[in-house]
Parts: sequence; structure tokens; C-alpha cells
Amino acid sequence: MTPVKCYPPRPEKVYFFGTCLIDLFYPEAGLDGIRLLEREGIDVLFPQDQTCCGQPAHTSGYHEEARAVAAAQLDLFPEPWPIIVPSGSCGGMMRTHYPKLFAGTALEKKANEISGRIYELTEFLVHVCHLRLEDRGQPEKVAMHTSCSARREMGLAETGPALLAQLGQVELVEQARAAECCGFGGTFAVRHPEISAAMVEDKTLAIEAAGAERFVTSDCGCMMNIGGRFAHQKKTVKGEHIASYLWRRTS
Amino acid sequence: MNAENQAFQPQPVQSYSPREFHRQAHDALGNPQIRGNFRKAMDGLMTKRRDSFEGWDLETLRELGANIRMRALAKLPDLLEQLETNCQANGIRVHWAEDGEEACRIIREICEAHDAKSVIKGKSMVSEEMHLNAHLEAAGIEALESDLGEYLVQLNEQTPSHIIMPAIHLNTDEISEILHEKTGTERTRDVDYMTAAARQQLRERFMAADVGVSGVNFAVAETGTLCLVENEGNGRMTTTVPPVHIAVTGIEKVVEHLRDVPPLYSLLTRSATGQHVTTYFNMINSPRKEGEYDGPKEVHLVLVDSGRSSIYQDNELLDTLRCIRCGACMNHCPVYTRVGGHAYGTTYPGPIGSILSPHMMGLEETRDLPTASSLCGACGEVCPVKIPIPDLLVRLRREAVGEGRGNVPGAGVKRTRKEAAAWKGFQWMATHPGVWRSGTAVVGKLKAMMPAKLGAWTEYRTAPKPAGRTLHALVKQHQADKPSVDTPDKEQR
Repeated sequence: MTPVKCYPPRPEKVYFFGTCLIDLFYPEAGLDGIRLLEREGIDVLFPQDQTCCGQPAHTSGYHEEARAVAAAQLDLFPEPWPIIVPSGSCGGMMRTHYPKLFAGTALEKKANEISGRIYELTEFLVHVCHLRLEDRGQPEKVAMHTSCSARREMGLAETGPALLAQLGQVELVEQARAAECCGFGGTFAVRHPEISAAMVEDKTLAIEAAGAERFVTSDCGCMMNIGGRFAHQKKTVKGEHIASYLWRRTS
Repeated sequence: MNAENQAFQPQPVQSYSPREFHRQAHDALGNPQIRGNFRKAMDGLMTKRRDSFEGWDLETLRELGANIRMRALAKLPDLLEQLETNCQANGIRVHWAEDGEEACRIIREICEAHDAKSVIKGKSMVSEEMHLNAHLEAAGIEALESDLGEYLVQLNEQTPSHIIMPAIHLNTDEISEILHEKTGTERTRDVDYMTAAARQQLRERFMAADVGVSGVNFAVAETGTLCLVENEGNGRMTTTVPPVHIAVTGIEKVVEHLRDVPPLYSLLTRSATGQHVTTYFNMINSPRKEGEYDGPKEVHLVLVDSGRSSIYQDNELLDTLRCIRCGACMNHCPVYTRVGGHAYGTTYPGPIGSILSPHMMGLEETRDLPTASSLCGACGEVCPVKIPIPDLLVRLRREAVGEGRGNVPGAGVKRTRKEAAAWKGFQWMATHPGVWRSGTAVVGKLKAMMPAKLGAWTEYRTAPKPAGRTLHALVKQHQADKPSVDTPDKEQR
């Protein structure tokens, strides 16, 4: 399903697509992603006209609306620089669904071209930047939750853990059924709240049982869901976007 | 053992409806027995599947399986004609049914022509789909399930909760209780005892049955062969002991060549139960021939459409028909694992059921099924014939809200003016960047006024709080704070 990606050499500049969830709820995570890229000597261009990739409408069946929103993003990246997305879910939308969304329309070619330049942040840090990290933090047990889109749609089950493994003081613990969905699924959590709740409950219990003091994820949807459940249960386990975690421990 | 002489009379089945998905899911979620049974069973099945593909180039095999199925579907009308010709040449009588009702009528008429009073059944989901048992019983013909799981489900007046393992929702104690209650066996946790008792009960029924009804896993067009995959031998008994055998299947089950079967069989058994091979693999070519001592005197094949040819007309939905009914999608589905099969209220539960049932029952009836998925992709990842299940779920969501091609029954049924307007509003915001920036900035400033309760979300989780400043604003600040390092040369790019 996931085509083999040939990674380019490290570019001079990249575009950053922050995603609407980060924009509204977790802007620091976006900024930390930008900081990580800049520290590698890359200029980060942030088109101020970016809004949302269109995924919420797409997965809800509102095809026309999704296409209109997606179309509004296509003109934001005129130069051939890679487009970095700090989310597997929005990245997956732009990489795998844009071509299908615009198939047979006047924007098909452009959508295909944009799709080929989409990189999820941890993917780009590992495969293009060949990032080397020096841990300055305290010893900590951490669980990684890789989002389903990052794992299955983008084929990126390894990049997050690979970055965390570079942090000398961090013990990466694996929760039971790590590959299982946390139950977010965008509007799924709203349309089927009880099923979603059962899923996130199991996820938080598994993370806790693994002995993690913190969970790290590359998707803010999962973070909002899992972190929200931990907070609701008044648990001490905290969630953090991997960009913030890496930046905090290495700066 | 005191089970031998207990004659069990089939009862009307307990029914679930897809219209009641929310209630049925709610009930299942609150039932620790159901939750535990499914979790344990699905965990085991996932592990077995993974282990059984150990050392195989699974991706290549899945690609092959998908291609075999796609080729068969591409030639479907021709292959069906070829199948009919070759079956007839082998002495198998072929019948065509446009829907389940017609298929039921055909089967009933065959039974009546033989003055049949009792039918023994091998496992067949198509027969479940068309409610064959109820139809036959209404005509005074007793239909008894002979697959152990189906037998238990029938004893318990239920429908299957899984397409491969119909009684997967029951644990040992429950099974013991059902057998005790309905057939008088002793209460026990001894699985061998219970299996032996059921075997004994069923054996007599095989001998007495007038007609055997089975499903078909693969119907081979070039040879007119009906392949039946099973583990208990009940399939072989059903198709060889009674004087008449009726095989019933959907029109999509046809494959072109005999050589197409081994790869599909390899994928099917491993994906379904993690077995390298099943205990029985039956290839039925003809009724009993001159000079042969066993086998039915008559073999019939009933090919059922039931909405399949309408799925076939759509080049995207067509992929649904690749399915070889292994059940791996449900075994790996985090939603199915939690609510179980009955909650869906359809013959085919889980992800495949959610993309198949709307065509058979209409979107009005099945409106909640395409959304009953977090689109996590686990189903598509394990599907042995690479059906893009998540994409098809999204397609059906489009159809449900009236933004698809309008060719699924009940298209547009979920469209409400309020929801459509909300998405139009979202579109307007997200296509007007200036509005978006000021709008999102305001949300951040007003965060103190944000409700702490957000409907269902906050029953189980705390509400997310908008940040004080958006990423748009933070980046502007960040860029302003940075010493300028850009050379004019760089700027020109």
C-alpha cells in the first residue's frame, strides 16, 4: 500500500504545514518541530495562508467540502521544497488521499506533485536529516504511541521509536497491543463515543501497565484523546508531542 | 453420556438489527463476558495468523490473491457462464437467484420435489444472509446446522457473531450450559466430552437427513468444481451422505482456473484461523457416478445475486466483491473486538460487513455501520486480497450524506441541513485564510469561556483547551525574533 519512498538529500529549505489541531490546541509542538528543523540548518517556510488539510470533512463523507479545503492548500507551496507535516494523520491525508481526491479534476497534476513532497516530521528527521540527538534530560520511562495513519497509511512505525532510542536517559517501554488504535478517529470519537471510550480506556491502561511515566506521540489527535483520558482519570501520566519532547530534552 | 437420545427441535432465532447498532453496542460494551470472550479470542486469532505467515512473503502472496480475485471479477459474466456450462457437463444442476427470497424458494422447491422433511446444513453465510432456515421451517422442513459453532448458536437461538467462528462470543462455560440445557449433556469444562456429545447428536441427523445444504468457498469456472473449506468433516458429511446436495453461494465466489485455488486457499486458512491447511478440503465435481458407492444422487448449485451485481457496476465498490470471507478484518478490528458480532445486527459483521451490508440492506437500515470505524486501517492491512476497506467505508459515508455517486440504496439518507451547513461553514473558514487566522486567534483569546463539557467527549476525557496563541501567531513572532541570516541570493529563489 505504501509506495517505497526514495529520500532526497537534505534540502536548504522546507515548507511546514502545521495542521489545524496544532494551530489551535498545541502550537508549541509545531514551533518545536520548526526549531528541530532549523537546528539542522534548514530554513523553514511557514505559509501564513495555511488552514486545514481537509481531512475532517473527507472522513465524514463531505467530499466536495474536503476538496475545496484541500484545493486551498495546494497553492501554498510553489517552490519544490519538501513539505513537512508534524502529524501522520494529516500527512497521510495529503500524501495518500490528495491524489484520489483530485483524480480526474483540473488540479490532479498539482495534487500529485504536492503529494510527492509530503513528509511526516519524524520521517523527515530520520531519513532526510539523519538527525543525531544528545539527551540532556533526566532518566524517564516513556511509551510511544504511533498513530494508525503514521503506522499504516504512511508506513512509519519505526521513525518515532528510532528518534527516542537516541535519547540516552530515556527508557522506551512498549505497551501491550501498541499497534492498536487509541479510539480517536476524528469524528468517530463523537459519533460512537462509547466505543471510542472503551478503546482509549484500554490504551491508557496498557500505557500505565507498561510502567510509562509519559507517552509520546506524533499525532495531536491521539494525544488529545489519550491525554484527555488520563487527565479525566486524574492520572499522572502525561502526553507530549514527539517534537516538543525531543526539543525539550536536547536543547 | 446421556446425550444420544435427545432430539433437539430448532427454534426461531434471536434477532438483532443494524438500526439498533448504538443500543446493541452499548449493551455489549457493558457486558464483561462478551468483552472478555472477544478480546481473548481475537488476541489468539491475531497471534495465530501472524505466526502462520512466518517465513512467507506475505505481501507478494496478498498481491497474487488480489490479482486472482480482480481477474475473476473482471471476467465475471463470462466466468459465470463457463461455470454453469462446466457444472452442467459434470451433472450439477445450476440455478440462478436474483435475491435471497428467490434462492430460498429454489431450495425449498428442490426439497419439496424430494418430499424432504429434514435438511442438514454445512456452514454457509449466504444461507444466513437469506434466512434460509426460517424459510424452510415455515414450509415445514426442519433445517439443522451441523457446523459445531453454528449448531451451538442455533441451540441458543442466536445468529452467528463471526463469519468463520459463529459461536466465538460464547466461552466454555456458556457452551456447557447450552448443551446441558438443550440436549441434556452433563455440565463440564471438558471440551472433548462436549465435542463428542455434539458429534454423536449430529451423526444421527446426518444419516436421517433428506437433503444437505452447504456453501462454497471457490467455484472453479474452468472445471465446474465446487471447493469447500472446513475443519470438522461436517461439510463432507453434508455433501456426501444425504441423497441430495444443494450448494448455495454468491455469484462473486467464482475463480477462473483450478490453479487459482491454492494461493487463495493458502491465504484463506492462514488469515482466518492461522492454519496452514484445514482438516478437510472438499472438491465437488459431480453427483454420484455410475458404479460409485457413495455421494449424493443429485447436486444442485444455487448462485445468488442479492445486490452483488449492483456493487459490480461501480468500479470502486467492486473491490468489495474480492472478499474470500476469511474474517481477518473482524479479528483485527478494534471496534469489532469490543462490541462483538451481534452488535452490528447484520449477517456479516465487522469491517467487511460494514462495506457489504449497505448494498444488501440499504443505507437507511445500516446508516451507523460505515461510521463505526476509527479508520485505523488494521482491516485493510490484513485483508488477504487487499480490499481497501477504509477507503470503501469513506465512500459509503459519502453516499450516506449524499456526496457520492448516488448508486447505493438509501444514498443521502443521513444528510441533514444542519450538518451539511456546518461543513459548508468549515469549508468557508478553511478557504478564507484571513478569516481562519482571526477566527482561530479569537478562539484562543476566549479560551476561558470555552465550555469544560463537550458532549460525549467529556464524559470520558477532559476537554482540550485552545492555546492562548495559534501556531500562525507563534511562527510570526519566532520569525521576527530571529536574526536575519538570509542572503539576498537566497531570497531570489
